[in-house]
Amino acid sequence: MSWRAIDRKVLPEDKLGPGLSAAVKEKIRSFFPRYPTRRAVLLPALHITQDALGYISPRAMREIAELLELPPAAVMDVVTFYTHFWTHPRGRKVITVCRSISCELLGGNELLEALKQKLGIDEHQTTPDGEYSLMTEECLAGCDHAPCMLINEKLHKRVRVEDLDRILADPHNDRLDMPRSDLFDAPGSERPAAAREHHGV
Amino acid sequence: MAFEPVLMRNVGVPNSTSIAVYKARGGYQGAEKALKMKPEEVVELVRRANLRGRGGAGFPAGVKWGFLPPKRQVTYLCVNADESEPPTFCNRITLEHDPHMLLEGILIAGYATRTTVAYIYMRGEFMEQFHIVQRALDEAYAAGYFGKNILGSGYDLECYIHRGAGAYVCGEETGLIESLEGKRGWPRIKPPFPAIEGVFRQPTVVNNVETLACLPHILTRGLEWWLSLGTEHSKGPKMYCISGPVNRPGCYEAPLGLPVRELIYGRDFAQGMRDGRKVKAVFPGGISMGVLRGDLFPRAPQGPIDPAQDYDELDCRLDFDDPRRYGLLGLGTAAAVVVPEDVDIRAVLVNVTRFFAHESCGQCTQCREGTAWMHKIARRIQAGAGRLCDLDLLVEITENMGMMPGLSICGLPDGAAYPIRLLVQKFRREFEQRIGAQAPDAAVRTIKTLNPAAYALPILHGRARAHRGGTLLAPEEFAEV
Repeated sequence: MSWRAIDRKVLPEDKLGPGLSAAVKEKIRSFFPRYPTRRAVLLPALHITQDALGYISPRAMREIAELLELPPAAVMDVVTFYTHFWTHPRGRKVITVCRSISCELLGGNELLEALKQKLGIDEHQTTPDGEYSLMTEECLAGCDHAPCMLINEKLHKRVRVEDLDRILADPHNDRLDMPRSDLFDAPGSERPAAAREHHGV
Repeated sequence: MAFEPVLMRNVGVPNSTSIAVYKARGGYQGAEKALKMKPEEVVELVRRANLRGRGGAGFPAGVKWGFLPPKRQVTYLCVNADESEPPTFCNRITLEHDPHMLLEGILIAGYATRTTVAYIYMRGEFMEQFHIVQRALDEAYAAGYFGKNILGSGYDLECYIHRGAGAYVCGEETGLIESLEGKRGWPRIKPPFPAIEGVFRQPTVVNNVETLACLPHILTRGLEWWLSLGTEHSKGPKMYCISGPVNRPGCYEAPLGLPVRELIYGRDFAQGMRDGRKVKAVFPGGISMGVLRGDLFPRAPQGPIDPAQDYDELDCRLDFDDPRRYGLLGLGTAAAVVVPEDVDIRAVLVNVTRFFAHESCGQCTQCREGTAWMHKIARRIQAGAGRLCDLDLLVEITENMGMMPGLSICGLPDGAAYPIRLLVQKFRREFEQRIGAQAPDAAVRTIKTLNPAAYALPILHGRARAHRGGTLLAPEEFAEV
C-alpha cells in the first residue's frame, strides 16, 4: 500500500475572501523602515488588515505573506495564536466583556448574561444582522472601573445591566472622542460590503 | 512626613498629556541632565539607586543594563506596556495621563544603554492609550527629544509603538521579543538572556513602563531622596492599584512597603469595604503572586509568621521581600483585588484557574495540560461534585509545573501554581466544608446534568467514520468520504 496525500485544505478561489487593497498594502509598506526584518511588520500588518477588512481572510494571509516574504503558513501561525485576530467575518462592532476577577466580583457575569439575552447570541457569535459580535477577555486593565466592556475601541466603564439598553441604542458607542493617530484606523473603516455577506455569518 | 507623589503628580492636571504642560511642570529636566552625563554614570546611578523592576520579577534595572556586552553596535530597548495581569492598571494610568514621563524615561534608559531603537510594546486592547502615546511621541519628536542628535548631544534614538494582539504571555520578556519579531509569543529558553541576544538577535533591554517612569525622578531629585523612600531592599515610590468592592477603587502612589491593611482601609487609599463587609481574601500583587487571608480570620498573636495557621494576614507589607514571608511568590505588580466575605471561594478558584488555562501559551506540556486540568477540577468543585482528594490533587499539580522545579521555559506556570496552591492551602477549611455539604450522589447527578451525552454514548466503534453499518472503512476508501 502506498501513501496517498489528500490535501483537504486547499480552498477554491471563490472562498478565499477579500484581499488587500493597494492603499492597505502601501500602508503596510510604510512600516518597513521601523524594523530591521520584514517579518517584524507582521503584527502591524495584521492590525491594518483587520481594521480594513474586519477579519484576516485566507487571501489576505497569502498577500501579507507575499509582501513580507514569508511562507503563508507563518502568517496563519501568528494569526491563530493571538486572540485579537479573527479568521472569519465578525460583526460591525465587537463587544468584549471583561471577565477578570475584579469584574466578576462586581457583576461581570450578570453583565455578560444580560448581553447574551439582549443580543440573542452566545459568546463568539454574531447577531444575524451582522451588527454585534460578543467576546470575552481575561482582563481589560480597567479594574478600577469594574465591570467594564469594550465596544471595538471604546471602553465602557462601570456598566450596570440597566445601562445596557442606553449603550446599545447609541450609534456612536464605539467611537473614541479624541484626536486619533492615522497609523491605525478605526475598525471597519474601509470594509467592503461583500466581506460581510461572504460567509453569511 | 507626608509623601509627595511623583509618579502620579500629573494625574488630574488638565491637559497633562501635552508636552507644554509636562515641561511647565518640570518635565524633561531629568533627560537633559542625563544627556550631560556619561552613559556609564547613568547606569551606575541607577544601580546605586537599586531601582528594581516594577513589572513583577523585581530584578534591579541597573544590574540588567550592566549585562549588556561592552562592545556592541546595536542595542534595542523594549518597553513592556503589555499590561495584562488581572487586576493591574497602573501602567494604563501612566500611559493615559502622563505619556511624556514614560518617554523621558525611555530617553534616559536609551541613553544609558546606548540604545539605537526603542519599541513600546503596547497591548492590543489599549487603543485609546495608543493614540495618546503616539500623539505624545509625535510632540516629543517635534521638540527634538527623539530622532537624530538629541539636544545636541550627538545621541540618536528612534522610538516606535508596537501593538500587541491579546496574549498575556507576551508580557514575559522573551515572549515579548518573539512577538515583536512577528512570531507567536512563545517565550524562549534562557540563556542566552535578552541582554546578550534579544530581539533580532541583538543585545536588548526589556523594562516595564513604571520602571522607566521612575528614572526622570531619580535624576532630578537625586539619589538621597530616592533612598529615603521605601524599605531596606525596596527603594522608591510605587503605584498601588486596588479594585474589587472597596469604597474607592483606584491607583494610589506610596513608598514601597505599604501594608495591605492600609491600602484597603487607609483614608488616603481605598477607605474600606463597601457596606462594611469583611475581607475574606486579598490577591495583593496581581493574581499570579498568590493570596492572603483577610480580616474575616482572627488576628495573629505576636511572634513569627506562620502561613499554615488560619490567621489574618493583612499586615503584609507590599515591598519586594515581605510577601515571601506569607508564602507568596513576590510583590508582582502590587495590584490588589479584595474578595469580600460573601463570595464563594470556589468561584474565585474557577476564575483564577480559567485565566491561566486560557493564557497558557501551550509550549510546555505540563503548563498547557496542568492549567486546563486544574480548571476542570475547579469547575467540578464549583458544580458540587468535588472530592476531598481534588484538593490534594490541585496542590500536587501546582508543585509539578513551574520554573521552580525547573520544568518550564517561562514563569507563567509558577504564576499559575502559587495562587491556586495558596487558595487551596489557605482556604482549605472552606473548601472541605463546601465539599462536605454536597449531596452523596452529587458527582453522578452533576455529570448527568452537565453532560447527559456521556450516559447516552454507545460503545465506541473504533473510528468516528464507521457509519456504514458499523464497519470500519479501509484506508483506500477515505478519499471518497
